[in-house]
Amino acid sequence: MSALRKLFRFHGGVKPDYHKHASTRQPIAGTPIPAELVIPLHQSIGGPPRPLVQAGERVLKGQRIGDADGNVSSAVHASTSGTVTAVEMRRMPHTSGLSALCVVIKPDGRDEWIARQSFDFRNASPTETRDYLRDAGVVGLGGAVFPSHLKLNAGKQGRLDTLVLNGAECEPFITCDDVLMRERGEAILKGAAIMREMLAAGRVLIGIEDNKPEAIAAMMAAARAAGDDAIQVVAVPTRYPAGGAKQLIRVLTGIEVPHGERSTDYGVQCFNVGTAYATHDAIALGQPLISRIVTVAGNVGQARNYEVLFGTPMRDLIAPCAPLPDSDRVIMGGPMMGFRMPGDDVPVVKATNCVLVGSDALFPPPPPEMSCIRCGECAKVCPSDLQPFEMYWFARARLFGKAQEYHLFDCIECGCCAYVCPSRIPLVDYYRFAKSEIWAREVEKEAADQARDRYEFRLLREEREKQEKAAKLAAKTAAGREKAAAALAEAEKPARTPEEEAKHALIAAALERAKAQKERAHPENTSNLSPEQQAEIAAIEARRAEIREQAKPHLRADD
Amino acid sequence: MHNSPYFLKPASVRSVMLRVLLALLPGIAAYVWFFGAAVLVQIALASVTALLAEAAMLKLRGKPLMLYLGDGSALVTAWLIALTFPPIAPWWLTVIGVLAAIVVAKHLYGGLGQNPFNPAMVAFALMIVAYPSLMSQWPAVGFTDFAPQLNAIFGPRQLDAITMATPLDALRTALHTEEARATVAGVLGSSASFGNIGGKGWEWVAAGYFLGGLYLLQQRIITWHMPAAFLLTLLVISGAFAAFDPGHFAGPSFHLFTGGAMLGAFFIVTDPVSGCTTPRGKLFFAAGIGLLTWIIRAFGAYPDGIAFAVLLMNIAAPLIDMNTQPPVFGHKDKRGSAK
Amino acid sequence: MALGAIVLGGALGYAAVRFRVEGDPLVEKIDAILPQTQCGQCGYPGCKPYAQAIAKGEAEINQCPPGGEEGIHKLADLLGREFKPLSAEHGIEKPKAVALIDEQTCIGCTLCIQACPVDAIVGAAKQMHTVIAGQCTGCELCLPPCPVNCISMEPIAESVESWKWKYPVFKLTPSRKEAA
Repeated sequence: MSALRKLFRFHGGVKPDYHKHASTRQPIAGTPIPAELVIPLHQSIGGPPRPLVQAGERVLKGQRIGDADGNVSSAVHASTSGTVTAVEMRRMPHTSGLSALCVVIKPDGRDEWIARQSFDFRNASPTETRDYLRDAGVVGLGGAVFPSHLKLNAGKQGRLDTLVLNGAECEPFITCDDVLMRERGEAILKGAAIMREMLAAGRVLIGIEDNKPEAIAAMMAAARAAGDDAIQVVAVPTRYPAGGAKQLIRVLTGIEVPHGERSTDYGVQCFNVGTAYATHDAIALGQPLISRIVTVAGNVGQARNYEVLFGTPMRDLIAPCAPLPDSDRVIMGGPMMGFRMPGDDVPVVKATNCVLVGSDALFPPPPPEMSCIRCGECAKVCPSDLQPFEMYWFARARLFGKAQEYHLFDCIECGCCAYVCPSRIPLVDYYRFAKSEIWAREVEKEAADQARDRYEFRLLREEREKQEKAAKLAAKTAAGREKAAAALAEAEKPARTPEEEAKHALIAAALERAKAQKERAHPENTSNLSPEQQAEIAAIEARRAEIREQAKPHLRADD
Repeated sequence: MHNSPYFLKPASVRSVMLRVLLALLPGIAAYVWFFGAAVLVQIALASVTALLAEAAMLKLRGKPLMLYLGDGSALVTAWLIALTFPPIAPWWLTVIGVLAAIVVAKHLYGGLGQNPFNPAMVAFALMIVAYPSLMSQWPAVGFTDFAPQLNAIFGPRQLDAITMATPLDALRTALHTEEARATVAGVLGSSASFGNIGGKGWEWVAAGYFLGGLYLLQQRIITWHMPAAFLLTLLVISGAFAAFDPGHFAGPSFHLFTGGAMLGAFFIVTDPVSGCTTPRGKLFFAAGIGLLTWIIRAFGAYPDGIAFAVLLMNIAAPLIDMNTQPPVFGHKDKRGSAK
Repeated sequence: MALGAIVLGGALGYAAVRFRVEGDPLVEKIDAILPQTQCGQCGYPGCKPYAQAIAKGEAEINQCPPGGEEGIHKLADLLGREFKPLSAEHGIEKPKAVALIDEQTCIGCTLCIQACPVDAIVGAAKQMHTVIAGQCTGCELCLPPCPVNCISMEPIAESVESWKWKYPVFKLTPSRKEAA
């Protein structure tokens, strides 16, 4: 139900041309199974999943082919039945054009499912449900692909005030959430109900930008049909980036969740409507995440939304949309935040909300970058209340520490600043550059710190071993000398007078004392030890002796 | 190939600068009406000099010529210099001023966007220190004959007939030289250069600038912070001192509608490059300029204090900015701003 | 005037005592810049000894090939010394690599294990050895002792995760091009 509710405003934002109409004229269409599916194993935030299949193996639709690597990871599944032809490096849908491990499947055309079973989450512990969703590969479908099971955790208080469903979809061209809400509102609400139960959330607010009246109407009808008063459909003002999770939470609840903090600590959690739909599929139908709605738009004759199997090459998707002849690029995502693809052969993945075909006519190359005149336009439109020109200044000068002081990592890379900049500075490029440099440096520093620790430990160990060896040697030579002295004394005995005898005894006694003292004193780092430490050393010595015995035949003569 | 965002709003430095020039037109029209067309000659002179100097500097610095020459920033500087200098100043004064602004204050500091000081104000300050008398000769109000003015600019200068002290100058000189006898009311009442609210004629020029300023606000090229803080500070402090000693301190209307107050408020103080950029910083910055302007006007040796006030506050701008950074998203208070 | 001088002098003196900056041990700061490869190319047995030598003024700042130009710049900034290009006698800057033992050829002599400064090689006598790639600093110290030359240096390939956004390119056309 929709109620007149007080909405809040986030700072800044822009109103670009939306271009959403072209792709919403027709309903969602299916796509034929392609000749080859290339399914990247790493499709979410977190550790790359481990492959579970080998070349030659037959897989069924929905069969898990990559296993989550730890809890911060998410499984991947075969999108149709067929034969695995290879598990190899393939070009990823990533601006870098680099490759990563993919499972290549040759479909058999039968599209044969695994045994599907709904998951009784009401009789399962929250952890079990989360593990199930992790293994079903459910991740955030808004584009960030954060594993959803990690977010379905009510946090400290064990309950939340508000579950926000994000149907704002503020990026130009993209309409996949729009059509999903129009056509499959009921399933979205069922998914939301599951999420709400897991989070013990008091209410569900579905935020939809008011330029999508059909979706709002459809969701309101679905909410009415569901008959749940706790579900409210809220039309939010159309202003990019209203669909940013933090911005939408702000608009709907007035709460600002600071960077680096959990929204659940503020009593609110936010999911994309597509994620709610996928959750319903996984829990109620037992279908893991193997496809999603993808908008194909931009420089095409017939823009449309398709339900696409993951691993489908983007070109298979673009072809039926009649791309215009001057098309020269493929962008994954929208024109504000999307990423240029290295080619049209890369596969559709969980993060692919839109395949945007571009050309110089549609997206003209920006005029040359000029000097920043500090006009402050960027600060006026920044939805994170940053001072973008200051960050630009420092990023440009590679003063990364200063850039961080100006909250570089609060930047959501929405592109508003670059959109309005009169000097046409590619501001976001500078932030992306600075961020990846800072991350790389952190990784490097961590490695260096580890190397330093290991090196220092090794020095310590070598020093200890040296001292131990020296002590042993000293003991050995002392014992030898004593023996020799005794032999000598034996030989000289008859020639000695009693006075001499007494003197020798004195000397011997002194030697003995000196030796005893020496033994007590060495090695120095073993004196004044606690009984535990001594016991530990004794145990180590025993092990070492054993090893030495074993190693003796292999050791060289001088060792 | 460029990266996202692929959409860009149609905006450019040139369009910003051209709108600033457009906003200056009402003030210029009033100026011409009351003080003659000499100012147009100065504007043309300054513009040509500025463009030539800009082109030469860009060439020397190996920067793309047409790109930066077309941005209009040199023209804005040139126009501001022409409007702050006396319209009958000799041609070489304007030329040197413009060169100082473009070559030294702008390009030697790194060009557009890098200059710590407002170039036009550097030019004004330099020239008034170097040529105080030439910088104080203004045409008499209503004396709009073009020929003698042109002669003053380019020919042998015979000025007595056409000049008159500016209101600020007249008041200051009177108060300073006649000490005990002169009062503000007396001076203002007796001199021909004073109009109803500010200086005669000047009040209309100021109104023209105000109109242009409103246009800039409407176009979102400037924000309200700086003009408001500057004018309010000037108003409050001059009002307070006038109330305290009306004999020796002129009131707010005089201060706001004479000299460069209005031009300063909307066109000079608001220079984004050399000023503050945070909302709070802008308030401090402009208020500081207002205060210093009044102090220099009331106690200083120069007729108008805006140039020095702006330069002094330019120095402080980075410090003010650093200490007035607005809170970022989620850090406005502890628990989100709804609670 | 004299009073003023005394007061100001006193204030300065007080400030000097009150706000004195406790100098961080220089060696630590230098060591933090060094890459901790522990390769000894600088002529010192490790990064720390080299840091000590720099601090004492016994070593130049351009003797660390793994740290590269960037490292020299950072050292120059820290120490207020002039930047110098990497000294050729100490080696050249190479892309970061890790050691890889050809497990077919390895005879299990343990010599590389003894040579590794960060204990990044595991194995035992007459057993196959292997490098823990994550711990390897790429110092190459294990290469010379190997009697069968079974260790090679593999440059670390860029992956989707380690890929970095490049510095935005200035698309400025120089004015002479325009004139032409």
